[in-house]
Amino acid sequence: MMRKKTPTLREIQWGQRETEKLDLRALLCQASFGRLFYSFFKSLVGKDVVVELKNDLSICGTLHSVDQYLNIKLTDISVTDPEKYPHMLSVKNCFIRGSVVRYVQLPADEVDTQLLQDAARKEALQQKQ
Amino acid sequence: MIVGTLKGFDQTINLILNESHERVFSSSQGVKQVVLGLYIVRGDNVAVIGEIDEETDSVLDLGNIRAEPLNSVAH
Repeated sequence: MMRKKTPTLREIQWGQRETEKLDLRALLCQASFGRLFYSFFKSLVGKDVVVELKNDLSICGTLHSVDQYLNIKLTDISVTDPEKYPHMLSVKNCFIRGSVVRYVQLPADEVDTQLLQDAARKEALQQKQ
Repeated sequence: MIVGTLKGFDQTINLILNESHERVFSSSQGVKQVVLGLYIVRGDNVAVIGEIDEETDSVLDLGNIRAEPLNSVAH
């Protein structure tokens, strides 16, 4: 009799992540503009990004999670210019308050810019009405 | 930058920090540590909360680090 393989913890987590990974296209058909970029960032969880803050500090890391305020959690971080900013040398994971983010830099091939642009235009139009 | 034990927080990122001290960076001297004790920080003033890796932090030679203080957040 074949014994069903018990999934490892890693496999369970992977499965959960896959179900949670939101299809950008599906999300962009959703409701308010207020959630557009929240949904957009949720679809980028797991990708490597560089967050530039309003105090000029740039932090590179893996996007772990995002919330409704666009607060960002990054894991495995490294500061882009460690000589100038040694302040974060002993930090591996961090939470960044949404209000202090200036830019979130992503590789171009991670984003369907045309889709995003169209969705943003559509939502902005909806918001106006 | 303020180092302490995070005791609590809320939706607006107001923080309660226990046993906190401030690390003052300077380009002329090493890092100075100013003891603060129990602090409540209003969320408006929080930019980043970093989880300190004890191992990495213990090998840091703070006396030899020279750096400009971090800029303030300009909206």
